Amino acid sequence: MPGRETILNAARKNKPAFIEAPPAWAEGASIAPEQLTQKFIKTLESIGGKVIQCNDYDPIRAKLQEQLATGRFIANTIQGLGATSTEVQTNSNAQSLEPVEMAFIAGTLAVAENGAVWVYESQLLNRLLPFICQHLVLVVSRETLVSTMHAAYRKLDIAAEGYGVFIAGPSKTADIEQSLVIGAHGARSLLVYLVGGTEI
Amino acid sequence: MSDLDQNHINTMTKKAVAHAAAAEAFIGDEERTDWHDETLWFVRHKRDLAVNQLPEWEQLREQASRIKDHTLSNLDKYLMEFEKNALTNGVQVHWAVDAQAHNDIILDLIKKNGVDRVVKSKSMLTEECHLNPFLLKQGVEVVDTDLGERIVQFRDEPPSHIVLPAIHLKKQDVSETFHQHLGTEKGNNDPQYLTEAARQHLRNKFVESQLAITGVNFAVAETGGFVVCTNEGNADMGAHAAAVHIACMGIEKIIPKAEHLGVFLRLLARSATGQPVTTYSSHFHRPRAGQQMHIVIVDNGRTRQLGRPDFRNSLKCIRCAACFNTCPVYRRSGGHSYHTAVAGPIGAILNPNLDMKANADLPFASTLCGSCTNVCPVKIDIHQQLWKWRQVLAEEGFVDPSKKIGMKGMAFVLAHPDLYRFAGKMGRWVMRAVPGLVNNKLNLWFKQRDMPAAPKQSFRDWYLDKNKHSLKK
Repeated sequence: MPGRETILNAARKNKPAFIEAPPAWAEGASIAPEQLTQKFIKTLESIGGKVIQCNDYDPIRAKLQEQLATGRFIANTIQGLGATSTEVQTNSNAQSLEPVEMAFIAGTLAVAENGAVWVYESQLLNRLLPFICQHLVLVVSRETLVSTMHAAYRKLDIAAEGYGVFIAGPSKTADIEQSLVIGAHGARSLLVYLVGGTEI
Repeated sequence: MSDLDQNHINTMTKKAVAHAAAAEAFIGDEERTDWHDETLWFVRHKRDLAVNQLPEWEQLREQASRIKDHTLSNLDKYLMEFEKNALTNGVQVHWAVDAQAHNDIILDLIKKNGVDRVVKSKSMLTEECHLNPFLLKQGVEVVDTDLGERIVQFRDEPPSHIVLPAIHLKKQDVSETFHQHLGTEKGNNDPQYLTEAARQHLRNKFVESQLAITGVNFAVAETGGFVVCTNEGNADMGAHAAAVHIACMGIEKIIPKAEHLGVFLRLLARSATGQPVTTYSSHFHRPRAGQQMHIVIVDNGRTRQLGRPDFRNSLKCIRCAACFNTCPVYRRSGGHSYHTAVAGPIGAILNPNLDMKANADLPFASTLCGSCTNVCPVKIDIHQQLWKWRQVLAEEGFVDPSKKIGMKGMAFVLAHPDLYRFAGKMGRWVMRAVPGLVNNKLNLWFKQRDMPAAPKQSFRDWYLDKNKHSLKK
């Protein structure tokens, strides 16, 4: 590959003298532990998401049952909520997932400063699911809350799986005259269940 | 090829008008200019609100700047580390020395896979390489899936802003464009309605697509993975639906470690739009089962910029566009007046490196007020570099000789105090006695401005007079 050598040689020749990397970020001015929940809720709501706090899975199971009863395509990937959807497989294609009305997915951790929830590929079942569904429900344990993105990356191994994503709110755009419109290409709404104490 | 396609190629390749002339055309519509100015200032204001919530903001900027300085000083090694890890992850890595090589690699992948339905999310690199018009000439139509980019693509225009591609348009313009191309109701200007129409139209494109092209926000050397940030979810819809995913990145997108993402993701969206983070920050490491994943690593002049000590730190840019939104010149001249893929202050220091002659006008599209430098999340000394480019361009002979003569004349007057005083006196007299001599079209300063009222006395005369009187006391 001649391009590779050309680029690497040019970079080697033209780069400045070595500059040390700074020490790792030392967390300062982070959010106090007792304020994490409120900060997360306030931030996520300010960017169009909704949060419901609950002590166990019962309200989420009820929500899932209520949705299933509508007869629409509801995708559940969380074993703790009951049977997972057989129609959603790792290799399900876009055509088959396009009709998904609502997807229930578990998250690994939640970030208070920006309302983001991390989801690993294994939790999604299919990478397309949280984007192609009309409405998204994320379930995450309150115990996983961290203050900032620095703390989040310390806890995560981003290369552990082939894909992972921070989701903060519903899909949105302001490309037409800076008018905020919720529901661009991805989910039109995001509901996060923050479950107290219970491990998912 | 349809007329529309031919138009598109013509638009993308037509000769650029210099910034000042294009800006003059832009401000011809005063009401629209004011609206453009205010809209971008509103985004700048949102950035301030977000930034002011973080007491550690300045430390974050410093950290980001130092990480980037370090990375650039070790760029070859980090590129190799990234390549090695990406290959281990099952991702195919391609290297492109320039735009042509980049376009050829993508065309080759399209041909090899025998596909013709291609979607692309926002990537300024592919704009820089003019990928779309290149592929169109080869008979491959690329569908841009970012809403703003789809709007400008329908209109055969380039994006006017790297984060807000259609910011130069009003909703009436979008409504008319969608009426023509998507059959939306004529005169319905509701952004909600128009966005919904685009959603339906692009959903079909996603579902049908065979190959997806995305950009890269950050590429992590230690893991061989890359991160793509969007609010719409279009990069993910494309990448996860298609059988082939090609991610295109400039060599400067590398960061050493995963933990550095914490620093950059905290800075990016706050600087760009005032959001605490983008809706989706997607981390790609391995292709999904049955999928091909490719990364194209592009130089296209970046190693040359790396070799320019005065300008190399422009490669720290994370493409947030905070410098656009704050720039008094950008806000009142519009992105198209910069006639390059990356406009604004950062574009004005990146583009002379790509083509000094064609982009010699850009470093002059600035008041050197320094606001760009103040908002830059990675601490690029943008206004200093604008000033330094002017010196380089003058030395290389790319500056209009009239500018040089004017500067020389001014230097002579300023170096001769008697002449300076005489000129000042004459100037004040002329402005008072025969204002028509200066208040006319030949005087460039008089365009769109009133001349100031001429004082009877210079500051020097006033000062000497005052001292004379106080001595008498």
